[in-house]
Amino acid sequence: MRTLPNISFWLLLLVVLGVAAIPVINGDATLRENLFTILMLVTLASSINIIMGYTGYVSFGHIVFFGLGGYFAFYLMQNFGVHVIPAALVGGVGASLVALLLGVPVLRLRGAYFALATIGINEAMRAFMNNFEPFGGALGMFFNFSVYDLYGGAKNAGQLAYYAMIVVTLATIAASFLVKKSKFGLGLLAIREDQDAAQVLGINPARAKVMTYAISAFFPALAGGIYFFKNGIIEPGIAFDLQRSIESLVMVMLGGYGTVTGPIVGALVFDRIRSALITAPPIELGSFSINLSNFHLVVAGVLLLLVVLFVTAGVIGWLRQTFPATRRFLE
Amino acid sequence: MSTATSIILEVENVSKRFGGLLALDKVNLGVKQGEIFGIIGPNGAGKTTLFNVINGVYAPTEGRVKFNGQDVTGLQPFHLCRRGLARTYQVVRPLGELTVRENVTVGACFGRENLPLEEAERVADEVIDFVGLTERKDMLASKLNVAQKKRLEMARALAARPILVLLDEVLAGLNPQEVADMLFVVRKIREQGVTIIMIEHLMHAVMNLSDRVFVLDYGAQIAEGTPKEISNHPRVIEAYLGDPKVAERFLEGAA
Repeated sequence: MRTLPNISFWLLLLVVLGVAAIPVINGDATLRENLFTILMLVTLASSINIIMGYTGYVSFGHIVFFGLGGYFAFYLMQNFGVHVIPAALVGGVGASLVALLLGVPVLRLRGAYFALATIGINEAMRAFMNNFEPFGGALGMFFNFSVYDLYGGAKNAGQLAYYAMIVVTLATIAASFLVKKSKFGLGLLAIREDQDAAQVLGINPARAKVMTYAISAFFPALAGGIYFFKNGIIEPGIAFDLQRSIESLVMVMLGGYGTVTGPIVGALVFDRIRSALITAPPIELGSFSINLSNFHLVVAGVLLLLVVLFVTAGVIGWLRQTFPATRRFLE
Repeated sequence: MSTATSIILEVENVSKRFGGLLALDKVNLGVKQGEIFGIIGPNGAGKTTLFNVINGVYAPTEGRVKFNGQDVTGLQPFHLCRRGLARTYQVVRPLGELTVRENVTVGACFGRENLPLEEAERVADEVIDFVGLTERKDMLASKLNVAQKKRLEMARALAARPILVLLDEVLAGLNPQEVADMLFVVRKIREQGVTIIMIEHLMHAVMNLSDRVFVLDYGAQIAEGTPKEISNHPRVIEAYLGDPKVAERFLEGAA
C-alpha cells in the first residue's frame, strides 16, 4: 500500500460528504430523503463492485447481505433495545461471517455457476425467513414506537439514520479505494484476469476470494441495519429483494465496473432516471395511458443492454480508456 | 544457498495418469543449481505435464518432487511460487486488462520475497528494464504483440526472484531476431545464478544453451546427457525418425 492515499481519494470522499451535507445545512427534508436513498444505492453498488469489479465474481444475489444485516440489527433493536449503531455493526459482522461460511464452497464455482449460486442463496434465505418465527416469519417484524424513544423520537431517529448512512457510504468508498490500491487488491485483479495464472504467480485465490466476499458483505449489511431502522418494519420480501440486487448490478455496469468512482456515478444516474420516470405524468395515447412509473425496470434493462453491448467499461471506464490522462486522478 | 553442484530439483519416479492415458511414466530427473536443463521430446511427449507436476498444477499419481531440499509433492502452485519456483506458459497468459507494470508487479508482490507494493513496483521496473519492455510499461498487457507477451511472461516470472524458473517454449512463434534477443535474456538470467529448466522445440537453441538435455517420449524418459551425447543417442534419433529433418537438425545443432 502507498504510504498515503493520493489526492483523488480525499477529493472523492469530500465531494460525497459535501453533497450529503447540503440537506443538513438547509434543512430540506425531501432532498435528505432522496440522498438517503442515493447513498444507500452507492453503498450497495460499491460493495458489489469489490467482489464483482475487482475479483470478477458476479454476485447476483448480493442483496442477501443487506437483508441479513437488516434482520440481525432489527432483531437486536426490537427485542433487546440495542442502539442502532452497535446493532448495525453486529449485523455487519454477522453478514460477513455468513459470507465466509458460504464463500468457501460457493467461490469454487466460476462464471455463471457462481452467479446462479448467489441467486439461490438469496432465494433460500428469503424462504427461510418466511418460515422463521423468531424473526416474525412472512409478516416480518415492526418496531414498537418506544424503540425510537432512545433517540428522542422518530424525527431524530430519521436524522441519525441519515448521518449513519453518510458514514457507511464514506466507509464503503474508502474501503473500495483502499482495496483497489493495495497489494491485496492487485492480487484480486490478477484473479479476475486469469485465476490459474494468478495462482502460479503466488496468489492463493481461494483465500483472497473468501476474504473479499466477506468484506463486500459487511457494508450492505450495515446499510440494511440503518435502512430498516429508519423504516421501522422489516419483512422478507423487502429485505431479500432480488430486483434491488439486479439494479445494483446495472449501476455498477453503467458507471464502470472495477473502478472506484463508477458505482457512485452509476448509482446516482440510475436513481435520477428512476425518480424522473416515477414522477413523470402518464403519457396519453388516445384511449391508452402509459404510466411511466412502472417503466424504470424497462429502462434498467435497456441501459444494461446498451452498456454491455457498446461501452463494456461503463462511463468511468470509458473515460479512463479514452483519455489516459484521466487515469491519474479518476480511479 | 547451497554449493554450485547441489541438486535443486529432484523428480523421483513420477507418474501422472489421466484416465486411461499415462502421460508421465516413472520419470526421474535431478537438476543442479545454476544449470540450464533442456527438456525435449516429440509433441505430446508429456513435457508440459511434467512442468505442471513440478510446479503443483497437477499432483502426481505416483512419485515425489523435491525442491530445494524439501518434499513439495502435492503443494499448490502458489506455495511453490513463494518458495522460489517460477514459470512461464507455452501459451502466454497475460493479465490482459492490467498494464505491463502491474503484471510484473503481481509477480514481485507475491513471489519469494513477498514484497510490499511499493518495493514490488521498484523491482518490477528493474525487471521490465532487464527484459527490454520499458517503453511498453504503461500499455495494457493485452495490447502487446507475441514477442512482447513472451517477454512479459519472462519478466513476471523473474520478478518473483525465483531460485528455479521453468521456461515452457519461450522461443516458439518468434522470428530469428526475436529468438536471438530472447536467448540473450535467458543467458543473462543464468548469469544471475537462477537455475533454468526449459522445454524447447528449437533444437539449435536447446543444444547450444543447455548444460544437460533430457528426452521424453510417450511420457517416459529415453535419454539424458550432454547435448552431444543426446544428439548421438540411438533412441533419441529413433524417437525423432518420424521426422527425419528434425533428427538432422539435431545433429547440426550439436556439432
